[in-house]
Amino acid sequence: MKYQSQSVAKLYFIAAIALFVAQILFGLIMGLQYVIGDFLFPHIPFNVARMVHTNALIVWLLMGFMGAAYYLVPEEAETELHSPKLAVALFWIFLAAAGATVAAYLLVNYATLAHITGNELLPTMGREFLEQPTITKIGIVVVVLGFLFNIGMTILKGRKTSINLVLMLGLVGLAVFFLFAFYNPDNLVLDKYYWWFVVHLWVEGVWELILGAILAFVLIKVTGVDREVIEKWLYLIIAMALISGILGTGHHFYWIGTPAYWQTIGSIFSALEPIPFFMMTLFAFNMVNQRRREHPNKAATLWALGTSVMAFLGAGVWGFLHTLAPVNYFTHGTQITAAHGHMAFYGAYVMIVITMISYAMPLIRGRAAANSMKSQVVEMWSFWLMTVSMIFITLFLTGAGILQVWLQRYSDAPQAFMVVQEKIALFYWMREFAGLVFLIGLVIYIVSFFIEGEEATVS
Amino acid sequence: MSGAFTKSTARNIFYGGSVFFLLMLIALTFDTMGTLPERDHRENITEQVAMGKKVWEDNNCIGCHTLMGEGAYFAPELANVYDRFGKSKEAIMGFIMSRPAEGVPGRRSMPQFNLSQEELEAVAEFLKWVSEIDDENWPPNIQG
Repeated sequence: MKYQSQSVAKLYFIAAIALFVAQILFGLIMGLQYVIGDFLFPHIPFNVARMVHTNALIVWLLMGFMGAAYYLVPEEAETELHSPKLAVALFWIFLAAAGATVAAYLLVNYATLAHITGNELLPTMGREFLEQPTITKIGIVVVVLGFLFNIGMTILKGRKTSINLVLMLGLVGLAVFFLFAFYNPDNLVLDKYYWWFVVHLWVEGVWELILGAILAFVLIKVTGVDREVIEKWLYLIIAMALISGILGTGHHFYWIGTPAYWQTIGSIFSALEPIPFFMMTLFAFNMVNQRRREHPNKAATLWALGTSVMAFLGAGVWGFLHTLAPVNYFTHGTQITAAHGHMAFYGAYVMIVITMISYAMPLIRGRAAANSMKSQVVEMWSFWLMTVSMIFITLFLTGAGILQVWLQRYSDAPQAFMVVQEKIALFYWMREFAGLVFLIGLVIYIVSFFIEGEEATVS
Repeated sequence: MSGAFTKSTARNIFYGGSVFFLLMLIALTFDTMGTLPERDHRENITEQVAMGKKVWEDNNCIGCHTLMGEGAYFAPELANVYDRFGKSKEAIMGFIMSRPAEGVPGRRSMPQFNLSQEELEAVAEFLKWVSEIDDENWPPNIQG
């Protein structure tokens, strides 16, 4: 760690991992509710568990991005963070808001929560992923603005690298597109149309800039490849991401009341969306093959390579599977979508945050370069357990989805939703089992932080 | 990745491409906004329909159901529930009202939301309006 102020990232990383645990626990609850319908009912109904599962994910990824930025930006800018105190204060505000929101989901009836938080004044609640009370959303905006100010000032006073500029652009985009969360007209079609400006333009747009910048940073560090080469790759990857991804938004406008031409536009551009992810895979492997140094942090390199492969599989391949309009007509809103969502989020965004944590945390904790080999081996075990179990979760959900599409949508005698759900229960059981293995992987990941030993060096 | 193809070329492709396609999205959005009134039948969005959407949101219905294929995949699609229930608002209201508070042993069951008569009518009216949106004949069949 070159600058003292980079250490504020630690708080963010710890909170991110804690929320990650909460996310997985509630995922397991939901997975069980798929097969034991009355599990925890009516105390934690499915919709509440799902809010915790998805909202915890979003918040911990945001925490991870912020932590990554607080670590990365000063090092790239070659200067101390503008205000470490502001970063710490915003952390506690963010954590308190997130904690209070999750507690409210679990303790208060949702309709009551909407009422007591004044949802009537500016109704924004009750929409997928945007379930947070309006005051929480305002809190998120305040925290993100303070965060952008802090890293923006740091970049302004220091060296302006391409990585910093791309990261900043991604984070500003994140803030700008989130503002569509406050637009919720009575007309459902308009509501859905602009809802995607938050959801799609985040995960298939500006978040890819954040992902690319973090990956480029870590690859420079662990491979020692020339910055010019890495930044050229970065620009090409994010160029393809936005060239395909912006009009790729159209793949959400097939069946929500929007004009039919979106079926053509959405199909063409979203079919291109795997390209930037494939380039990312080539990029990561090429850079590691051309490495000019042997970095002792093998675990971080593994996560960096892993995220490039899993993002391509989850976002690229599993996205393409159901993105063409004639296919999507039958798969839209089935377990196929769930399969894609799980692997894409894990591969692209969970793994990039862990890549950054894996690289930065040993340095923040005072190591010269890396954790002990013993600790790294355990961490790499957790990599394989979580990654392989996520592949199985995705395959089981895909199996469930194919059967669901066949029985409920495609065959000559379509059957009712709940009838079909019972017929495919075996796949849900298998998914739950894979989920348990994922949890074991996550526990092992956390254990790896507590394994001491002599620091790994390069022979 | 060598020779004349430099980092600044790559950067220009990024900025040029992004701005161009962002402008395309804005242009297509304007066009879509112009064509939507004929497809969403917004003239039928009464105060009751608007209230129904509010009831839908305040009870987080999207946390289990899909609506036009978006939402959670735990419970049936509802954009065509009005048609599936024989074009009967009463059937929709009756179903919502009849959910047992303690659930059904071993099975998925919708929570009892204790909606008022006014709220029940509004949410049924909202679902009726949704069923009439021109959504390119989705879902493929009545089962959703």
